[in-house]
Amino acid sequence: MKEKLGGIMLHQLEGSQAIAKVVAMCRPNLICAYPITPQTHIVEELGEIVRSGELQNCEYLNVESEMAALSATIGAQAAGIRSYTATSSQGLLHMAEAIYNASGLELPIVMTIGNRAIGSPLNIWNDHSDAMAVRDAGWIMLFAESNQEAVNLHIQAFRIAEMVKCPVMVCVDGFILTHAYERINIPDQKEVDEFLPAYEPHITMDTANPLSIGTMVPPEYFMEVRYIAHLRQQKSISIIEHVADKFADKFGGNSGGLFHKYNIQDAETIVVTMGSVAGTIRDVVDDINCESGNKFGVLTLISYRPFPQKEIREALKNAKKIVVVEKALAVGIGGILVQEIKLSLAGINVNITSVVAGLGGKPITRSMLYDCLLGSSHEETKFLGLNDDLVKKKCLFACDASVI
Amino acid sequence: MSYPTIGGPAAEKKNTNVAHDVCVQSQIDRRNTITSGHRACQGCGEALAARCVLDAAYSATNGNIVVVNATGCLEVFSCVYPENAWNIPWLHSLFANAPSVASGVAAAMHVSGKSTRVIAQGGDGATTDIGMGALSGMFDRNDDVLYVCYDNQAYMNTGVQRSSSTPPMARTATTFPVGSYLGNDAKSGKNLPEIAIAHNIPYVATASVAHVTDLEQKVMAAIHIRGARYIHVHVPCPLGWGIKTSETIKIARLAIDCGLFPLFEVVNGAMTTSFTIENLVPVEEYLKPQRRFAHLFGKNAVPDAIAHIQKLADENIKRYKLLGENAHE
Repeated sequence: MKEKLGGIMLHQLEGSQAIAKVVAMCRPNLICAYPITPQTHIVEELGEIVRSGELQNCEYLNVESEMAALSATIGAQAAGIRSYTATSSQGLLHMAEAIYNASGLELPIVMTIGNRAIGSPLNIWNDHSDAMAVRDAGWIMLFAESNQEAVNLHIQAFRIAEMVKCPVMVCVDGFILTHAYERINIPDQKEVDEFLPAYEPHITMDTANPLSIGTMVPPEYFMEVRYIAHLRQQKSISIIEHVADKFADKFGGNSGGLFHKYNIQDAETIVVTMGSVAGTIRDVVDDINCESGNKFGVLTLISYRPFPQKEIREALKNAKKIVVVEKALAVGIGGILVQEIKLSLAGINVNITSVVAGLGGKPITRSMLYDCLLGSSHEETKFLGLNDDLVKKKCLFACDASVI
Repeated sequence: MSYPTIGGPAAEKKNTNVAHDVCVQSQIDRRNTITSGHRACQGCGEALAARCVLDAAYSATNGNIVVVNATGCLEVFSCVYPENAWNIPWLHSLFANAPSVASGVAAAMHVSGKSTRVIAQGGDGATTDIGMGALSGMFDRNDDVLYVCYDNQAYMNTGVQRSSSTPPMARTATTFPVGSYLGNDAKSGKNLPEIAIAHNIPYVATASVAHVTDLEQKVMAAIHIRGARYIHVHVPCPLGWGIKTSETIKIARLAIDCGLFPLFEVVNGAMTTSFTIENLVPVEEYLKPQRRFAHLFGKNAVPDAIAHIQKLADENIKRYKLLGENAHE
């Protein structure tokens, strides 16, 4: 279904379908497919696109595991072609070793993550535990807020990856985005081609110029290699901004970059978040500002890695209160994003509260957020929507130091 | 990917113990794909076999090969930055994923319209243990890769621990004979060439560093075939096996001559025996010079254990017709 709106052709598409369509427009030469919910529809759709001949000159590889999916992508990219795969949750952890390998080899692979909880207990629904588990692996990690942004970020991701020589993960909330049907603006192939030039590999397996890729590096050089990777990611902050600006010039709209700012100028309280919950939070903040006369704003982080510390500090420095709402938990300490926000605001006298929400697909409702944002909780970490009765029942079995 | 299969010439040169073609290693213009100066131990069977394999592949393709290497001895001794022994395009990713990486490289060659042949290689740990799922996937898809396993029958790089290719009763650091425990379990082990055959891939062969010409011919046959191919090369490790560094080839030859390591070739499902044994020797002759089997000999000798290993050799002799077509009739 298509609809023309203000000169833009809108398509009624499932998020996964839209992502697949736009990935195909980026003309990868290898797509590795391995099923895992909620990512599966993306590679299914790509299979059809390749087999129908819509995407030419592309190998579609059905592999036997996520480890194989990313490994084949590594091989193909090292041999000089643009490569893509997608995964979620357990699949991301299954490829963990290869995730570090891809970034260490400086291969500009693009991978979609349909974000999902990590078991046990087994859970197929959305949170950010999977991406957070590999946050230090040296990939650029971009979080989409909507399916339109997911579409736009994928085009930007290939450009950023190839400019920075670093793989990019595009994180898309499982089910909430991957399975949602929306009206989405899919750009023209010609425009994508203009924005994303043909891949020119910086390393390749060329018999005329033999390279050894992936050699062992002893202590004399290893730390330097990691430092260079860190420097490169820091430099990529300006590239991510630049690519988003160029994208906006060409395709319009406002997607990508480091973060989205909503009402944060003069805001007394700024809610910091990532992913699809940002829209709900903005609605709640509108209600609060309208009804109570408070001044709330929202900062939605897109570029989680590199983490734009200076830019975040600049954006948040005048607020009196920061509330970090995140869909991940570091068991034994609390929120993850909140720690990084605290670090970014070190030395600034600001009240920072941590809200862990939506783990394993627990709904995040407007009323929950409304109460949470206006409430005066003294808890260090607030767990949104927790079933206290269930927790109390289970706590009977918790360990008791007095019995030791 | 699916490719037409083409029979290789090595299949036609069956049952001969005589070198019939000029050996690549005897040529002055051989490539030295792995050049000298690397850090392999003295007498390393794997280093020698890998050079023979890759020089032969290089020669057969006019240098049109690229190599994917699993983690292991071969990777570690050849490329500690800033030194490097490789004279060909070479990629190392991880321990468990060399077959998958090679599938990706082969896909890249195919999609780029290049005729470059892709070789993946690793030790028995990478091949029969940690990377076996990946290898099976590569076989299943019939990806256009020649996979070569250099089998020295244990994890040598980490200090001689047991792999699923470690032979029965062998001593390793994790199968150390203590009291009534006689080393590696008698019933353990994985026959990877047979597992490869069960995938119905177009080419499977076993080879040995003791028979370089045969090894080279198998590589030169396999390299041109389209689809997934597998060569399993027996390579003694002086350090891990407890043999003299000067006896690598001698020990490898004894493994063939006692029947424990059969040499064969399977082209499109049809098996031919590459070597018939001329001077059959009892397994003791192969086992006794190796310290990893020393606990089976001497004053605490375990005749039952030797008899068990002899039985395995006898079964091979029958199954692979190692004494010739009519030996059992």
